[in-house]
Amino acid sequence: MKHPGLINSIKDNEKDLFEWSETNFLKVKKIIEKYPSGRKQSAVIPLLDLAQRQNKGWLNKKALEKVAETLSMSFIRVLEVATFYSMFNLKPIGKNYIQICRTTPCWLRGSDKLLNIAKEVTGCSLGETSKDKRFTVVEVECLGACCNAPMVQINDDYFEDLNEDNFKRLLINLKDDKEISKGSQIGRLSSNPKRKN
Amino acid sequence: MPKITINNKVIDFQDGMTVMQACELADVEIPRFCYHDKLSIAGNCRMCLVEMEKSPKPIASCAMPAAEGMNIKTNTELVKKARQGVMEFLLINHPLDCPICDQGGECDLQDQALHYGFDKSRYEENKRAVKNKYMGPLVSTIMTRCIHCTRCVRFSTEIAGVDDIGLLGRGENAEITTYLEKTIESELSGNVIDLCPVGALTNKPYAFQSRPWELKKTESVDVFDGMGASIRIDSKGKNVLRVLPRLNEEINEEWINDKTRFAIDGLSRQRLDKPYIKIDNKLEATSWDTALKLVASEIKKRGAENTSAFSGKFSDIESLYSTKNFLNLLNSEFYDCRFDNTQFIPGHRSSYLFNSSIQKIDEADAILIIGSNPKWEAAVLNSRIRKAYLNNNCKIALIGPKINLTYKYTHLSNDISYLNNILNEKSDFLEHLKNAKNPLMLIGSSAINYNDGIEILKICAEICNKLNIVNESENGFNILNQNISRVGALDIGFYSKNFDRDFKVSLTKHIRDTNPVVFLLGLDEINFSSLKDSFIIYVGHHGDEGANNADIILPSPAFPEKTSTFVNIEGRVLQTTKCFNPIGEAKEEWKIFRALSQEFKDQLKFNNLKELRQEIIKKFPHLNQLNILPNKSEVNFGKSHIIDNNEIEYNIKNFYMTDSISRASVNMANCTKEILNRVA
Repeated sequence: MKHPGLINSIKDNEKDLFEWSETNFLKVKKIIEKYPSGRKQSAVIPLLDLAQRQNKGWLNKKALEKVAETLSMSFIRVLEVATFYSMFNLKPIGKNYIQICRTTPCWLRGSDKLLNIAKEVTGCSLGETSKDKRFTVVEVECLGACCNAPMVQINDDYFEDLNEDNFKRLLINLKDDKEISKGSQIGRLSSNPKRKN
Repeated sequence: MPKITINNKVIDFQDGMTVMQACELADVEIPRFCYHDKLSIAGNCRMCLVEMEKSPKPIASCAMPAAEGMNIKTNTELVKKARQGVMEFLLINHPLDCPICDQGGECDLQDQALHYGFDKSRYEENKRAVKNKYMGPLVSTIMTRCIHCTRCVRFSTEIAGVDDIGLLGRGENAEITTYLEKTIESELSGNVIDLCPVGALTNKPYAFQSRPWELKKTESVDVFDGMGASIRIDSKGKNVLRVLPRLNEEINEEWINDKTRFAIDGLSRQRLDKPYIKIDNKLEATSWDTALKLVASEIKKRGAENTSAFSGKFSDIESLYSTKNFLNLLNSEFYDCRFDNTQFIPGHRSSYLFNSSIQKIDEADAILIIGSNPKWEAAVLNSRIRKAYLNNNCKIALIGPKINLTYKYTHLSNDISYLNNILNEKSDFLEHLKNAKNPLMLIGSSAINYNDGIEILKICAEICNKLNIVNESENGFNILNQNISRVGALDIGFYSKNFDRDFKVSLTKHIRDTNPVVFLLGLDEINFSSLKDSFIIYVGHHGDEGANNADIILPSPAFPEKTSTFVNIEGRVLQTTKCFNPIGEAKEEWKIFRALSQEFKDQLKFNNLKELRQEIIKKFPHLNQLNILPNKSEVNFGKSHIIDNNEIEYNIKNFYMTDSISRASVNMANCTKEILNRVA
């Protein structure tokens, strides 16, 4: 199964709808104002992001076309941008979007093990969404927190210094809707050296 | 002028040139895939790498501006190695299917791999496979072959003006596609086939038909619209397999429209190959002798002096001249080329020419379009207007129903009487016309194809004089004729005052009063109920409306089967070249009339094409100068008066089917079905 952000095609599904919500419509205006007049297509990435957030983490055809319309761009130009960046998903994802970093530092520190844990707890294989729609598991390239490897991004938050135990606990807590702590899971402050006990 | 050293040779170049262009000045050929003269620079194929002094690595010459004192080397080991590296990367994923690829033999990648490719691959991994995309009935895709040069993307956005094609994804996953795999909705879509350096986008109707080296290549002129684009006809035996554009900066640059390129399959369908006579309402094949004898006796029976002839969309000068002279021998003056009732002012050549020349559109900064849909009447010309719109910020206004022209314009009115406002300076667009350095006026035949057409021409001329669109040096008064035959026909006087102002009414009256013999020179676009009581002789090559209604059919060759002279909208004399002999028993029109004249007292004097042409040139010396723009003729028929309301209606309803050849074409029928009917 493919990464939902690396799909090149979109499907026309009549059930998919998209209109800017009222708050987002105001945000759209503010975003466009940041760019010089006549250059509003520069706002395509922020608007796609906004649309994706509004639409439960993915972009359907209507959302893409809405962004194109808002910026007076042609549909294909917006689709080009949306397919270029893997951060834009063109397929529905679960409530928790788990992105496991697999680039060398994280990999050396055991990202493969984390992937197995994720598969085990969520019950979905790579690139898939679990049946209960709570999880989508994907592997990504470097997320830039190598100092605290291995790490995982879940939705907008980083979870660092993971090992099999604390990652498993983390996912179970997520599954049970319990509170979880962000950042380093071993109490490390930013990227300071690990405390010796 | 700044100087640049290329391979130790110092040459002058102009500011703004790229290193690649400078190299071309020095006669050094640089290999390339993504770079194209007429498109913006992408710099993504990296094939054009050259060595530049002081640069640590090779540079992409297509994207590097040339600068004073640069020292460029194109033939060093480093350059060769760099290009070989690029080629190796391109070939990682390119399939080895040249033997079944339509581009084989004329493929840029194939040719350049000969110079820069390795003999074997160093890769054991599988090649990537890409799903083919649907791009409509004309362009077939084998996307695995694509090397992502993005020429097609740039062409569709920049020249064709349709944002349809795009490059999705990135890296190994990059794919060229149209949005949701829709048809490319452009009249110029076929050009992406020529632009594609590999076999990813190929000609769908031509698929697996032939190899380039098997084809007979004939340089000729397009006859499907008034521009007379330069084309190359590729034929095998008596079949035209494809048509390609030839570079002609003055007319079509490097493009041709889809009708020119794809309507040619109509040339082998519905053809008239033998003379036919109508007996008991059924057409039966006969011999030339019988047919011509019958024609002669009908002419004598019905009154020779009333014999009429009307020319069609493909009538060349030779046919028109021999027809006209034949009728003159019979003391008849009932001939005309204005079947669509488009008016002109007799005695003023500038009243039916595209006076400014097509190339001048590039410099225009304000264009007033009156009753014309240039996108359908001359699609390649429309891309020039788009070019002016993009490069000169040209302001464009339209009088006529709203249409999509691939550029923004001000819609002034649906009604021709808006010209009164312009003349009386009551229009917002006037400012743009007044301030423009190179303003143009473009009048379509839909604006002047009714009784008041002459008045429209006069008021337009007056506006041009008043707003300085026409002056000593420039002439921006342009008529856009829709077919290649018209200007030539008017030039040699193939019109009669009997049919002035209202063709339909005067024709009906003439037929009703005299019941004459009527020759239709490939004319199908006429109301046949008004010809009811006449004896119709259809001289043409396609079994269309005209042949259905004819009493006698005399087959004549279609455009690739004869050499003909045409005059294009600018008044430029063009000559087509014969690719192969006429199909069946078809004979050139001039031969038919020469033979017919033998049945009468006086005879036509010419005996062969050479004599005919010499006779024509003697009478009309300007037809002797091929491919040359005529001298500027004056626009001095301006008259200010008030014109009445008249809602403009474009006379082309379907771009893909405007004449007997394209109506017989399956490709054009598919286009109509897939592109036009879906939109409507």
